[in-house]
Amino acid sequence: MQTQQDVTVISATRGWLALDFKNVWTYRELLYFLVWRDVKVRYKQTALGAAWALLQPLAMMIVFSVFFGRLAGVPSDHVAYPLFTYAGLLPWGLFSGGVTRATASLVNSAPMIKKVYFPRITIPLAAVLIGLVDFGVALLLLAPLMLIYQVPLTLNVLWLPLFTLVTLAAAAGVGLWAGALNVQFRDIGYIIPFAVQLWLFITPIAYPITLMSDEWRLIYSLNPMAGAIEGFRWALFASPSFSPALTLVSALVAFLLLITGWIYFRRVERTFADIV
Amino acid sequence: MTSSTIEVVNLSKRFRIGALQSSSRTLRDMLVDAVKAPFQKRASRVENTIWALKDVSFAVSAGDVVGIIGRNGSGKSTLLKILARVTEPTSGQARLRGRVGSLLEVGTGFHLELTGRENIFLSGVIMGMRREEVKRSFDEIVAFAEMEKFIDTPVKHYSSGMYMRLAFAVAAHLRSDILLVDEVLAVGDIEFQRRCLSKMEAIGQEGRSVIFVSHDMHAIARLCSRALWLNNGQLMADGVVMETIGQYMGLGENSSAQRQWDDPATAPGNAMARLRSVRILNEAGVVSYRHDIRCPITVEFVYDILQPGKRLSPFMFCNAEDGTHLFLSTDWSNEAVNALDPSYVGRRTAWCTIPGNLLAEGRFTLSPGLSVVQENNNVQVYEPDAVSMTVYDPMQGDSTRGVFGGVYPGALRPLLNWRHEDRVEVEQR
Repeated sequence: MQTQQDVTVISATRGWLALDFKNVWTYRELLYFLVWRDVKVRYKQTALGAAWALLQPLAMMIVFSVFFGRLAGVPSDHVAYPLFTYAGLLPWGLFSGGVTRATASLVNSAPMIKKVYFPRITIPLAAVLIGLVDFGVALLLLAPLMLIYQVPLTLNVLWLPLFTLVTLAAAAGVGLWAGALNVQFRDIGYIIPFAVQLWLFITPIAYPITLMSDEWRLIYSLNPMAGAIEGFRWALFASPSFSPALTLVSALVAFLLLITGWIYFRRVERTFADIV
Repeated sequence: MTSSTIEVVNLSKRFRIGALQSSSRTLRDMLVDAVKAPFQKRASRVENTIWALKDVSFAVSAGDVVGIIGRNGSGKSTLLKILARVTEPTSGQARLRGRVGSLLEVGTGFHLELTGRENIFLSGVIMGMRREEVKRSFDEIVAFAEMEKFIDTPVKHYSSGMYMRLAFAVAAHLRSDILLVDEVLAVGDIEFQRRCLSKMEAIGQEGRSVIFVSHDMHAIARLCSRALWLNNGQLMADGVVMETIGQYMGLGENSSAQRQWDDPATAPGNAMARLRSVRILNEAGVVSYRHDIRCPITVEFVYDILQPGKRLSPFMFCNAEDGTHLFLSTDWSNEAVNALDPSYVGRRTAWCTIPGNLLAEGRFTLSPGLSVVQENNNVQVYEPDAVSMTVYDPMQGDSTRGVFGGVYPGALRPLLNWRHEDRVEVEQR
């Protein structure tokens, strides 16, 4: 990766550091291999393999459909409730899984961190990106569901990658903060799974954002996953209630989290090997 | 600019003792600290830190193989971790020219569920290789590890020896200008250690720099031309490998390869004779603690004969490091005894030469003395373990061990004559 002439200068760094895009790019193969390793190991260790990626959102969809859709009669924006909630569970799974894995990732990789140099950020980033595999599998199930409920695809679907990106940014942002803090304070490892559970309910997965009164929606959209999931539904079902402005707020919050998370990560990563 | 591949200037690293003891702090600790902090004196906080490394400076040139020795906790591993960029120094600077490969542990990044093949790629990439590079040296790695049959078996089914072989093979094929190696040779069998040593030797000969941390003085002595001795984070010595090892083991060259008694009153001996100095010399006649296994070693005795009438002759015992008594050497043949002048009073010097290719590698102590010959060989002077030396094998192929890099048993290692004959006999029925 370095040539003969390259000189590495090692000295103490202080304060805030620039984001190391270039370094991460140099180590992109490592990022790929870390994702590849976890995917490979999971599919080797589990009997059901890819089926797990489907079972989780499917089970949630059924429970939500029975209790919220059928029994509580929660509205679902003119789309069949199971399809409506499944479309929310997809990005939510990508987000919650990513945050949970990223939080524990650095502590779990302590032996590696103590023995070899690489940009530490590849570890939580890989932990977030691994979710894309499950997400991709779960996305495939959307096709038969949309056929069953006869919802036609529109050109809006081309926006899907963008909202996926917002979801990833939100997951990485929260994951970087929590992962880095978890190295120093193991309490974070206990808080995050609980926080993610609560977060599920303040995100429009089981219910549409339209349940909120207008003045609350702006505050609500500070939750980056609110806009991401609304965007998802709009991309898939062309939901008429979609508000680009609110989704933009969510997206901005997501990227703000990512940038600040990365900055914080850079500030504390120098101590990881000593304290992890 | 110099041609150093590594330049280290005033490198220091401070640890908080608290940080060393507990691996992580809880939020509660942090809150308690924040409440307490204003009431604590600042000085007490400073005391809670230790310098794992303090103002260490040195330079390494291309092709240098440098050993780092010192007790546990002396800062060896911290230095290596800083150079490997695993941890940051508190102050000071290090410049590394070229690509750095670090082997702080064998099998970094290996995953038990993955196969040998998969782990080669994973571990290679984690250590900083490109996938293409791993692919190119893949066959070589597999051949080096002798792993062809099991390459598609998950490594959890490997024996620990196989695991080590594969892991080292990957690391050994990392193309780097600077290789940092920490104590990996402590694990694995003799065969594996031999492989590691010869591979590292080859790396040094290719003109790449190697920094090698180990507790195994024999490995350091064999591999390295130079050694750094760290103690409590400070650089105590930096020099020729055997000198540094000698100093580290509490045996400075002066106190080990030569002894001199300046005061005649306290010099070992009695009214008849006193020993004044014993020195171990190399072929060039220079005092030396370190000796090439192939070269003769000369022991020089200087003693004062204070009374006439007796024939005095020196002797010496030679012991191996573990205390094994190897031999007693005297000069008591009729011819030699008759040549001694019994009327002489004054200073006499005697030399005894241990031939090359006799002692094995290792450390030896010599216990000199003087005795009266032909009169029950009465010992007049005896100074146990007065001087010591080490013998090393530069591994140039013409010693008994040849180029064999493994553990070679025995306290003696004579170069004996062997004869071989090829008999072409065809058995016919």
